[in-house]
Amino acid sequence: MTAPLDAPAPRAVRVDELQARIRGMQSTRLETKAVPTHPVFAGVLPGGTLREGAVVQVEGSMTLLMALLAGPSAAGGWAAVIGIPEFGVEAASRFGIALERLALVPDPGAQWLAVAAALADVMPVVAVRPATRVSPAEASRLQARLRQRGATLLVAGAWPGSDARLGLEASEWHGIERGHGHLVDREAVVNTVGRGEFVRHARSRLRLPGRSLEFATVPVAPVPLTSRPIAIGLAGEARRRVG
Amino acid sequence: MTAEAGRTIVLWCPDWPVHAVRRELGVDPAASIALIARGVVFACSEAARGQGVTRGLKLREAQLRSPGLLVHDYDAELDVRVFEPVVRRIEQIVPGVQVVRPGTLAMRARGPARYYGGERAAASALLATAAELGLVGARVGVADGPFAAEQAARAIPPSHPGDETAASAVRIVEPGGSAAFLVPLPVSLVTDPRTATLLDRLGVRTLGELAALPEADVRRRFGAAGAFAHDRASGREQTSVLARTPPPEFEVEQHFEPPLDRIDQLAFAFRVGADAFIERMRAVRLVCTGLRVEIDDERGGHSSRSWLHPRWFTPADVIDRVRWQLQGAGTADTGLASPIVRLRVIPERIESTGDHEEGLWGGGPDERVHHGLTRVQSMLGHDAVVTATVGGGRMLSDRQVLVPWGDRAPVRAGRTAAAAGGRQGDPPWPGSLPALAPASVFRERVPATLLDARGVSVAIDARGAISAPPERFAVGGGVAAGGAFPAASVGSTTSRARDGFGAAPVRAWAGPWPVVERWWDPERAKRVHRFQIVDDDGCAWLLVRDAEGWWAEARYD
Repeated sequence: MTAPLDAPAPRAVRVDELQARIRGMQSTRLETKAVPTHPVFAGVLPGGTLREGAVVQVEGSMTLLMALLAGPSAAGGWAAVIGIPEFGVEAASRFGIALERLALVPDPGAQWLAVAAALADVMPVVAVRPATRVSPAEASRLQARLRQRGATLLVAGAWPGSDARLGLEASEWHGIERGHGHLVDREAVVNTVGRGEFVRHARSRLRLPGRSLEFATVPVAPVPLTSRPIAIGLAGEARRRVG
Repeated sequence: MTAEAGRTIVLWCPDWPVHAVRRELGVDPAASIALIARGVVFACSEAARGQGVTRGLKLREAQLRSPGLLVHDYDAELDVRVFEPVVRRIEQIVPGVQVVRPGTLAMRARGPARYYGGERAAASALLATAAELGLVGARVGVADGPFAAEQAARAIPPSHPGDETAASAVRIVEPGGSAAFLVPLPVSLVTDPRTATLLDRLGVRTLGELAALPEADVRRRFGAAGAFAHDRASGREQTSVLARTPPPEFEVEQHFEPPLDRIDQLAFAFRVGADAFIERMRAVRLVCTGLRVEIDDERGGHSSRSWLHPRWFTPADVIDRVRWQLQGAGTADTGLASPIVRLRVIPERIESTGDHEEGLWGGGPDERVHHGLTRVQSMLGHDAVVTATVGGGRMLSDRQVLVPWGDRAPVRAGRTAAAAGGRQGDPPWPGSLPALAPASVFRERVPATLLDARGVSVAIDARGAISAPPERFAVGGGVAAGGAFPAASVGSTTSRARDGFGAAPVRAWAGPWPVVERWWDPERAKRVHRFQIVDDDGCAWLLVRDAEGWWAEARYD
């Protein structure tokens, strides 16, 4: 019926759109509650905040992971970090994660998935680095549990069917030159790939961290394409780049 | 009160604290040992005394006099704990025992004297039991009243280990002879140090001289304490032995015959014991928040450890602690090095259930967290789940203090000082980096390479100057170690700039910042230089240079 009108649009994009609509109708995501998240992620995460039951992949940056943990932790929730032995405790505490409500399991070994499931039962946010490949069946089982318990899983690694993937596209440190100064702040371009939500692909420029260890968006962003209508334009831009 | 009623036997084990440490740690009895409390010698062994170590000596002075001295901290709890079995054994042969202090027992003489047929025979029986318990050099004094009896026991000259005859280790002061016996002893035995100094200045130096003063005058001048001291000095003690009531026994002990060589077997066998252990306490409305697990194996090995619980122990928790103690770092199905013959669980901290009542609406979310963490602990072991605090120190890995869930965090000495000095109570960080802390701190430093323009490793001379500006940099042989966050995953331009060594260009760098640690100790002294490096991908690293080369200590990512 409408096919002739949409003919110019590539078929793959159309399929994606339809799939998104199906998922939107099927999923219970409309009922899920927002998890208190650092305001800096308003334009980064699909939907603006972390959601209960969501799985978010975080790649390439521990600071980004800490920034995501800081919001729920500052709001009084517990957080667990599983399988990340080099998690810098001091940095975490300076970035606003409450150490008295932080549990670390540095070496879960092969049982990391069971540990993640056990802690997701009791904690609102759990960060994990998969030690082994996780099969889609195991992943969806854990995701069902997360939805039931209202927990959020942050994955530092690969995860089949995650709700969003955050990665660092570029990172630029300020305050340090060749032979003098010291690291002061960093501007990073965070690349978001969402699934099922309206934001499919977004780039935003953040201070990770800023001059006084805060997280903030950089005001003059070259690609300020984060809100809904512009996101479609972004998809178009992504297409152009591919082409 | 008749003289007969006041007759008292005192069993005294000399140097009990030293003896307790020896028993606990299995130290050679001939070694010279000193126990230190607040920097001065609290107790020392016979061998150490022979070399001139005395009580109250400064640690450094004691080490000077006896270079081979073994030094331990004085632990009052250990004294009591090791003495407890002794008391229980003595109670089996003489009922109604008072523990004057660990190492000294007082008991009424009348009963034992009648039972064993005389005071000397009773004393001999006590000494025989003491010898059976392995108490070297125990002595018995019998006199009117506990004070005189203890002085009688202490007055026996130390005997050589060879002739442990009953006669040389017993001193009996005849009834009514206490006053005469006490005459030459110093007055400080019955008074506090201040009064003793005052009496000394007044010319009253011995108990005999004190006893010679009229009682009414002493009472008028020194009050009730003085009158009490006067009574003791003149052998007219009003106190008598206050026999202790043996405390209710909560500890459980289980022997395994044949010995068990698997942890799960042991856990199963101990299930009933653990239930009984907790149930017995619950029956008298107590909960256990700390316990000690002692395990003996077939080869004579002994393992003993205290465990704390953030709430209180349930039978399953007790079994978990036993399992964790056995498996150490291993997993549940590893076999044991040696089969277990005996298991003993002793409560160390017991509290009333009233202090641990749940709130009307439950204990809140933290209780759920506790259960979740405990579950993970029973999966992976006690040390697998940790909470973190920021400690003091120079190297980054020293600053992360990881405490297993349920254990008490180590006391930070600098906390109060730092809190007073501002900066939100941060512990001191000498040689600290700027406020920005690295997000990834490697537990083990990763070897790194830092090259100058000519491809030679950058060196730092004794004055802290670098040989040439760094140009190229690689970590862990080109591939950054660190799991799923390798530097290669930052950006997509990784491969273009790598040269043959796998080294990437250095975009910016700063340093060196020297860190000199423990320069006074040649064994552990450390002199390193810190660098901050930003590599071509925009990833920042904290490098250290020591005598062996370059290392990556942490990453800002």
